[in-house]
Amino acid sequence: MSFESAMARLGGSSISVSSVEACSIAKGETLADTIRVVSGYADAIVIRHPKEGAARLAAEFAKVPVINAGDGAGQHPSQTLLDLYTIRQSMPIDRIDVALIGDLRYGRTAHSLASALSLYGVRLHTISPPGLELPPTLAAGLAEKGMEIIMHTDIDEVINDVDVLYVTRIQRERFPDSTSYFNVASSYRITPELLTGAKKHLIVLHPLPRVDEIDPRLDASPHARYFEQSKNGVPVRMAMLLDVMG
Amino acid sequence: MRHIVPAETSDDEGEGLLVRRIKNGTVIDHIDGGEALNVIKILGIVGATPEALSIATNVPSKNMGKKDIVKISNRELSKEEVDRIALISPRATINIIRNFKVCEKQGVEIPTLIVGSVRCPNPGCITRTNEPIKSRFEVLPEGKGLRCLYCDSVITKDLTSYII
Repeated sequence: MSFESAMARLGGSSISVSSVEACSIAKGETLADTIRVVSGYADAIVIRHPKEGAARLAAEFAKVPVINAGDGAGQHPSQTLLDLYTIRQSMPIDRIDVALIGDLRYGRTAHSLASALSLYGVRLHTISPPGLELPPTLAAGLAEKGMEIIMHTDIDEVINDVDVLYVTRIQRERFPDSTSYFNVASSYRITPELLTGAKKHLIVLHPLPRVDEIDPRLDASPHARYFEQSKNGVPVRMAMLLDVMG
Repeated sequence: MRHIVPAETSDDEGEGLLVRRIKNGTVIDHIDGGEALNVIKILGIVGATPEALSIATNVPSKNMGKKDIVKISNRELSKEEVDRIALISPRATINIIRNFKVCEKQGVEIPTLIVGSVRCPNPGCITRTNEPIKSRFEVLPEGKGLRCLYCDSVITKDLTSYII
């Protein structure tokens, strides 16, 4: 929706295909063919797709610029740009401490953000349920770039030391049953009480939508920046669209 | 016709020919010991095959300790096939035989890019669908594995199980 809003604010229009049923993919058309066809209808393509690498495939077949708006559990680079912008509004990004919490294995926003932060000398703290840790190959790649990554089992170990707390959704379908999910989800819930000893300038971010990860009581806290972050998606995506089409 | 020969003698050791010479075809020598069957798999030789095929495994070798040898009659390997072999046996040498003579001899080179011959281990990768694309892997330096150029998954071990 934020890309549509961005396009509208730039004075353009957008054609949205929000479900497979609404396009020829439902009839068995390949993504490659869909992209070839849509290339003739639009000046740029913004693609969100459940398969990793779909945007790269689209870029191979498109005759117009392609923006990756999320590919499966892979990457979400446009979200990362607005995440960086939101952090930068509060503090310089260089050499800060950032904690990523939640589903870091399948969370594409966490993957892209971690990669981007490796360019800023950031120290990365990760807190995730067993089995949902940052993919080992990604972590190894970040470490090779010189990024310090510290894995924690409990958010209490790190909450008072970080400058940015980036919360991601823990998806219910990753757990065998509801009880297991609720047990884990409750232990990763961010509450006003948890932030009692946090740095004054700590900001809490979330790519949204949230489910149970952030207590709504935190919304009024000066630490909470996730709605500002979401709002930043529009100007950042306007800039991206302008950059590829302007 | 297939021969699978126990490692009793070695032509490296000068104790006689392990298997008979071939008139035309390819001899793959200096395969890492124990990898011959994986080389066969890489070459797509599974089940019934028209080629006369000889495999020698764990043959004593002065330079390698143990090596494997594969001889395939009436088939000359393509560059792509040679590249695939390099991934599991980088010291292998390829000899093209014509009328009992070695006409070409080359070492294998580890390629920088592998196209269409390795399956991505990630079931969520776009290359695992019916899209009209071939898998593409970057060969990482220092033997760190292969990286899918679509989804960034990395294969670090058991490469042969991903070879198409």
